[in-house]
Amino acid sequence: MPLDVKHGVVEMSHGGGGRAMTQLIEELFLTAFDNEWLRAQDDGAHLTVPPGRLAMATDSHVVSPLFFPGGDIGCLSVHGTINDVAMTGARPLYLTATFILEEGFPLAELQQIVESMARAAHQAGVPIVTGDTKVVERGKGDGVFITTTGIGVIPDGVDISASRAQPGDILLLNGALGDHGMAVLAQREHLSFDAPIASDTAALHTLTAAMTAAVPGLHCLRDLTRGGLGSAVNEIAHQSRVGMRLREAAIPVHEPVRALCEFLGLDPLYVANEGKLLAICPAEFAETLLTVMQAHPLGREAAIIGEVVADPHYFVEMETVFGGRRLVDWLSGEQLPRIC
Amino acid sequence: MKYLDEFRDGRLAQGLAARIHQEADPARAYALMEFCGGHTHAIYRYGIEDLLPANLRLIHGPGCPVCVLPSGRLQAAIELVERERVILCGYGDLLRVPGAQGDTLLKAKARGADVRMVYSVDDALAVARASPEQSVVFFAIGFETTTPPTAVALLQARREKLDNFSIYCNHVLTPPALRALLAAQDTNSPPFQRGVAQSAGVIDGFIGPAHVSTIIGSQPYEFVATEYHRPLVIAGFEPLDVLQSILMLIRQINAGETRVENEYTRAVQPEGNRKAQWLMAEVFTQRSSFAWRGLGELPDSALAIRPEFAAWDAERRFTIPKIPVTDHKACVCAEVLRGVKRPEECKVFATACTPDHPLGSCMVSAEGACAAHYHYGRFRQASSPCPSM
Repeated sequence: MPLDVKHGVVEMSHGGGGRAMTQLIEELFLTAFDNEWLRAQDDGAHLTVPPGRLAMATDSHVVSPLFFPGGDIGCLSVHGTINDVAMTGARPLYLTATFILEEGFPLAELQQIVESMARAAHQAGVPIVTGDTKVVERGKGDGVFITTTGIGVIPDGVDISASRAQPGDILLLNGALGDHGMAVLAQREHLSFDAPIASDTAALHTLTAAMTAAVPGLHCLRDLTRGGLGSAVNEIAHQSRVGMRLREAAIPVHEPVRALCEFLGLDPLYVANEGKLLAICPAEFAETLLTVMQAHPLGREAAIIGEVVADPHYFVEMETVFGGRRLVDWLSGEQLPRIC
Repeated sequence: MKYLDEFRDGRLAQGLAARIHQEADPARAYALMEFCGGHTHAIYRYGIEDLLPANLRLIHGPGCPVCVLPSGRLQAAIELVERERVILCGYGDLLRVPGAQGDTLLKAKARGADVRMVYSVDDALAVARASPEQSVVFFAIGFETTTPPTAVALLQARREKLDNFSIYCNHVLTPPALRALLAAQDTNSPPFQRGVAQSAGVIDGFIGPAHVSTIIGSQPYEFVATEYHRPLVIAGFEPLDVLQSILMLIRQINAGETRVENEYTRAVQPEGNRKAQWLMAEVFTQRSSFAWRGLGELPDSALAIRPEFAAWDAERRFTIPKIPVTDHKACVCAEVLRGVKRPEECKVFATACTPDHPLGSCMVSAEGACAAHYHYGRFRQASSPCPSM
């Protein structure tokens, strides 16, 4: 009997190692992810890797809700790890995927998630070559948790690290802030909002490939996930022992995101993104890099947003739209809405 | 963004700033207090102080709801949620405010208490409807702005006979706090109330509340001008509102005038919002006295739920003891709230007390003077040759 995806739910036996597990893997995962490595059904994948330095990254995904405007946990888990690998300057090659499923989770939803992952991996050209499935008892998970790991190869001459920012370097952003975080928040809190906000979830590796090809001397790349731009600039400032100066007026934020942030008392600088990156490069390459970014579909709204300066306190300062200055500090705890 | 960008226009700001520089008398100093945390936040977030002359000082006032909440009232809520196993709903900032020994509602949540962050009291009502077997308590806090929604929720709970819902009322009133600040300043008048220090620096004028004034109007501030002879300009929370109100205050001060003026005419009527006032009067009554953090016991300064609504009053349904909690010895939140000290004058500011580990309530909310200075203004101290500025 084939798996009843339409009405069935995840059962403990789906993680038990027996026939039920094999059936779930074959009919759901293999069908969706289909590739030569998975078809071999070995314990691990045999991979051919081009010469060069390997980059490796891993990321767990526990997003709630699982489905949100613009994406779902499936494509997010593929994009997230591809982006982490890409931020090292590497070309991502292969992914692994681990699922922790909660007993009772509808198979129809699982199929939707798996198909979304397969689509994302296919579009990115980065196959999922091995994986694992575990089932936990009802109440001990939140539907589904997905962990993906990726490897890639760093081209010769590329040396990207958050510790390489130097005074005089220029900061570039590939687009508007906060779409993902506010899309998820609006969905989670059932905030009905006239202008729907869609997540920006996207695989950025083709953008970073174009950037490193045009400017191999790029110093830093960072994807702006949890904690947003505000956290990323502080992390890099500390790792590189420098300060930064941002110009608020230059930082793009889409209108509905600004409005919703305003409404909830949140700062878009700290809201999560899933398709945004910060690049830092020597000033002489900044214009070239900006042109390359703007020519890419995922960088059309790219902008120069500030520069690196020497500062013994590693402070990130921002010139406000108002002409004053303020600190852009680390986020403390979670960003909580203000009262009035 | 429509109706927002107009009030954040950098070029208009430069024009207003230039006029402030022109009109401010270099022979004197100006000390202006913004009462509300909303203004404090705008001042720091937009770097407004950079646009002002050096002889104009902004003093950050006590109008930050979580900042003036006495730790004991918060500690009582932590004990309530853990002892009675109720579902406690509250606004975001509140969950991080330290009670006794640095305990917070967020820590209680991590220990297993059912504490939920809500965006409005409506969400708390929805929780109560969805969990009829469990007692749901809404931690009501705030000045007159957040009070009418709480009133509506009480009426709604009564209409729906929502017996598992109750409110822990901590609503406070703005005018009595303003009066206490002024009484403490005015060395010629007898101390208004014990607990308020006499050492407050001289305040020349007030940037008056924005949202609070939409509810209560401008009339309740008249005593500031008539009894204490200080100008007060009601201002919106946008940065241009703040600059405009500063200019209006300077003009009054220079002319020796003391009037209540309204800069926030797009939202504030002299009589306020009568419907909201009626709702508040319907369900709340004044407490004879309430302890404010930093300001001490102030008479007629807070609201309690009327006896007719006793069934929805958490203080009547549960035993909520008065818990005396002394502030951390080194913390000067009390002085900061009165404008006597600046955040950076506190010994533990940015060392033992940070937004990640706040010792005092002013370090919690983004509207608190210490947190605003820490998040947005700390670099000024570092780059200043004199550390105390």
